[in-house]
Amino acid sequence: MASIARKRQREILENKTEIPPTTEDVANVAEPSKGELSTLKKDEYEHDSSDEEDVKNTIGNVPLKWYDEYDHIGYDVQGEKITKPQKGDEIDEFLQKNDNPNYWRTVIDPHTGKPVVLTDEDITLVKNFVEGRFTEPGVDPFPPSIDFFTYEKMIHPVTNHPDQKRSFIPSRLEMKKVGQFVDALKSGRMKMSEPEKDSDEELDEKLPTFYQLWSNEGESSATRRYRQFIPAPKNHLPGHAESYNPPPEYLFDEQEKQEWKAKEPSERRLPFIPKSHSSLREVCGYPRFVNDVFRRCLDLYLLPRQVKMRPNIRAEDLLPKLPQPRDLQPFPTTQAMVYEGHTGPVLCISVEPSGHRLVSGSADNSLRFWDVASGRCLGIVKFSHAVKDVAWNPNAAVSCIAAAVNNEVLVVETNLVYETENEMLHLEAEEDSESSGNSLPVTWTLVKSGSEYENGIRLKITHPKVVHTVVWHKKGDYFAVVMKEAESMPVFIHQLSKRKSQNPLKKPKDPVQTVMFHPTKPYFFVATQRYVKQYDLMKQELMKKLLTNCQWVSSVDIHPGGENLILGSYDKRFCWFDLALSAKPYKMLKHHQKAIRQVCYHKTYPLFASASDDGTVIICHGMVYNDFALNPLIVPVKILRGHKVCDGIGVLDCEFHPKQPWIFSSGADCTVRLFY
Amino acid sequence: MVNRKRKNESGAATAFISRGKAIKILQLSLQDFRRLCILKGIYPQEPKHLKKVGKGSSEPKTYYFLKDIQFLKSEPIIEKFRDYKVFVRKLNTAVAKKEPGTARRLRRSRPVFELAHIIRERYPTLVDAVRDLDDCLTMCFLFACMPKNQKIHTEQIQFCRRLTLEFMKYLISIRGLRKVFYAIQGIYYEAEVLGQTVTWVVPHKVAYEHPTDVDYRIMSTFVEFYCQLLGFINFSLYTKIEARYPPELTLEVPSEIQVESLAIKDEIYEESANKDKWKAEQESVERLQSLFEGLRFFIGREVDCESMVFHIRSCGGEVSWDNIVHEDAPYDADDKRITHHIVDRKQIEQSFSRYYIQPQWVADCINARRLLPVKDYFPGAVLPPHLSPFVNESDGDYVPPDKKRLMGEEVGSVVGDKQEEISEDKAENKDKKKKEEKNEEEVPKMSVVAGAVECIDAGKKRKKEEDEVTRLREMAIPKKQKRLYSKLKYRQKKTTQEAKKLEEKRQKYELGEKKRKQAPKKIA
Repeated sequence: MASIARKRQREILENKTEIPPTTEDVANVAEPSKGELSTLKKDEYEHDSSDEEDVKNTIGNVPLKWYDEYDHIGYDVQGEKITKPQKGDEIDEFLQKNDNPNYWRTVIDPHTGKPVVLTDEDITLVKNFVEGRFTEPGVDPFPPSIDFFTYEKMIHPVTNHPDQKRSFIPSRLEMKKVGQFVDALKSGRMKMSEPEKDSDEELDEKLPTFYQLWSNEGESSATRRYRQFIPAPKNHLPGHAESYNPPPEYLFDEQEKQEWKAKEPSERRLPFIPKSHSSLREVCGYPRFVNDVFRRCLDLYLLPRQVKMRPNIRAEDLLPKLPQPRDLQPFPTTQAMVYEGHTGPVLCISVEPSGHRLVSGSADNSLRFWDVASGRCLGIVKFSHAVKDVAWNPNAAVSCIAAAVNNEVLVVETNLVYETENEMLHLEAEEDSESSGNSLPVTWTLVKSGSEYENGIRLKITHPKVVHTVVWHKKGDYFAVVMKEAESMPVFIHQLSKRKSQNPLKKPKDPVQTVMFHPTKPYFFVATQRYVKQYDLMKQELMKKLLTNCQWVSSVDIHPGGENLILGSYDKRFCWFDLALSAKPYKMLKHHQKAIRQVCYHKTYPLFASASDDGTVIICHGMVYNDFALNPLIVPVKILRGHKVCDGIGVLDCEFHPKQPWIFSSGADCTVRLFY
Repeated sequence: MVNRKRKNESGAATAFISRGKAIKILQLSLQDFRRLCILKGIYPQEPKHLKKVGKGSSEPKTYYFLKDIQFLKSEPIIEKFRDYKVFVRKLNTAVAKKEPGTARRLRRSRPVFELAHIIRERYPTLVDAVRDLDDCLTMCFLFACMPKNQKIHTEQIQFCRRLTLEFMKYLISIRGLRKVFYAIQGIYYEAEVLGQTVTWVVPHKVAYEHPTDVDYRIMSTFVEFYCQLLGFINFSLYTKIEARYPPELTLEVPSEIQVESLAIKDEIYEESANKDKWKAEQESVERLQSLFEGLRFFIGREVDCESMVFHIRSCGGEVSWDNIVHEDAPYDADDKRITHHIVDRKQIEQSFSRYYIQPQWVADCINARRLLPVKDYFPGAVLPPHLSPFVNESDGDYVPPDKKRLMGEEVGSVVGDKQEEISEDKAENKDKKKKEEKNEEEVPKMSVVAGAVECIDAGKKRKKEEDEVTRLREMAIPKKQKRLYSKLKYRQKKTTQEAKKLEEKRQKYELGEKKRKQAPKKIA
């Protein structure tokens, strides 16, 4: 406050400069008030003189400190310097303070630098100012108010103005405005503000009112949304384990508890460990309840929904309706005989057309003849290499077999067995020269004497590559051989009577796996790795190409009727082709666990079999009807087990008995088995 | 020139829309969009080919049908959302400017969300609405017993409580309760409303903490909708039974009955072809509806009064409780006519004129649909296991022996188990005695034992053959059905394994129990 007061004083002082001091000398000013008054009365125009002012300050409105270095302050009219008023030192100041009674009211004029003694009036003014009073003495701050307009009604008007016209006719603007409001209220754009209510009433107001929402259900289709709404699936309902007092078997034992704890929370079937409470009061709150409800909320609005058809079917109903196997008898069911003697895996077997004898070729470089009924080994023929394939001549009159050993096909006379001799096998070929003229890489050699002759070998046909398969034509004169490794000319058809060879395929694209003669017509089937091609031997052309859908065909057999064909592959597949129907399999089975090695039809009974590396032979009933409208009926009837699996190889070959519903099979366990 | 068909201009690319784009189209915030989806029941879709929908990118996004979003676009409630946003802004300004008058005026004109049209649209008929009542009831019952929270207002809680009480009251008046199950999570109920089965859970009445990992805003939105839904359903149901809505409820006292007209019968069932089955079911339901008729219950202080009153009254019983728990108890604890006193403590001063039973008896009776013998449920007794009424065992599933016993009793072979057991025990004892006698008599002598003939088990052999036949038939299953078959077989195998495991556990337990029972006898 004090600082503010001081400031104000300074302002006053600055204003004060305009009032010229009456005397120049400070000492002369003895009686300030009276003297001043007297001077005012003496010379009332003294102030008007501009000369005097000039004399006092000629430097203009500039700070005095600019003249601090000089002895003068400005110049007078004559150009003389106006000397500064003498400024005493500290001692003078002190003396002045003590001696001069007016010292306290002396201030320095900032314009002229001269001391000015304040009058009594000035002092009062300053005092009033500092104390917050009116500066002028005698001012009444609250004068009594005199009302211009009285509350009493006067007989005369205050003004003489006549009233305006608009003050007594209704306002059109207001009318328009009211009209707008009324319109808004009527149309519902505006609502009357409701009167304020008590807090209780307001609470009641907040509760929504319900009404009959579904009163007219007939109109429901109108409000239906555009798309069928999928309702959310219902929540899981609790089982016995979730009871507060479950049956004792639902409580976890130690091991189950640990399993439960080791699992991730999402994998657990129950979200908690079942616990038995002896009474209801012991049940404590379930801490995850809110979380569960929240989860459900999230599921409801965040999860996509889909209608999934759950199969409402029992597993048993999916099993195809097939006739009972016992109604489809006869078929081989039990193992009857084991033909033991080979020391290596038995690679191939062949049954004599009459069904009394059996020949088997093995990896122990030998060929064995067996008596079917007794299981006795009738004879052994030894070679230098493994016997890859053996086939008994289907013509009973020419009792011989063809065996594939290394790159030779040996025709062995079976007099060992029957004590008969075939003239055909002993005759020299007449057209030998012709056949050589064909320039095929095949040589026929007639064995006439020596140890081989003793063994029964009559003919030798040498091939450029290892022979894998030998197949006889039904008549027993022709037989075909396959060399899987040969890139060109993999197949030869040999004619036994004429000692002649033919090469039906020059250079096939796929490596040939096996070949087959049609049982009744002059057709020839060639199975490559992926396809089976049917050739017409008379017309020398491709008839049909069967798409097997297999990766590697292992074996093929043709139904005695000639209209159906079965095929086994190394990729576990078994296909049945109906040649009249389509080039695609009529039926595909994957009933073996491992690669299928051999498939075969029975000559008279409606049976076929497949031998596999899983050590089983599966017998199926395959009925072919004469009526073309009926599809073949295929029913698996028996799984024959008996062969052991050695080094991942099970059954290598199988063949039906030509007359009986029996089957022979040979395996890697060096045995040949008979099932009936 | 032929218009070239460009990529991503038709098909899946245009049928779906990602959530971000949907929000942009609707000009809403994510929160409001979420709210809108919840209220309108719009859920995302899972496109079959993510890459086609994503226009080349297979980034996993949330997709909606464009048509769904267009459907949302015309929703009048979106305008309300915007109004509300404006209202909040104005209110905040008024509060910040310290203008209480303006704030009060604004508060009074707060925009209100009308959900009736949405409910009508989502559920075209009352039956549709009742069908979707499960979640609604669970949420409302949960909120009714929740403590107040920053996100959950008292009004909402009280409103939920009122609606749930109304619903319970309705169920009591039509006697619609069918099943009760005390689970660890809470009490599960099943009721039949307008021929629809409604199932819900009510949490146990104990204090629990508010979990923090839950977004209460989402739950609150759901409850907002469900409250409206339940209110409208309640109104319709009350009008159906010609009762006044809203009923007079005192919020403190659990559901009181003022049956104005009893259960309505659905005519749909009358026409159903399977008449015998329906008849049997109807009879059992009627039995349940009048299960506690003529019985007078009294509920001890320690038992949850509300749920118990609900159980008993929905089966036609009379019930009273302690005046300390709630006011307006119909009769006193000393009433001579009380037949059953429900207690849940070990010891109590017992009067001879009534049965003292544990609460489980009530639930078990309702589930069995007949009055069970009380002797297993006396205070302090070891209770029989409480079985879930929601399990329908199919072939091969494990059926607990307790359930078998219950079902057997129901069929009619009501033979005292104890008697049987005793007789069995006696027989066993006799056998044992005989054996002992024999052992004493037998003296080892040199003898030749005749070799037993190895008899082939014909049944086993037949089974083996049958198995082989099935294996052969399995081979012939077409490839199309093979996978399904193996799946079904796998499931079958699993259930049998589980059943076997449970059975073994039960046997083990029973053996242990037998031993424990016998042990003290020997000592004695």
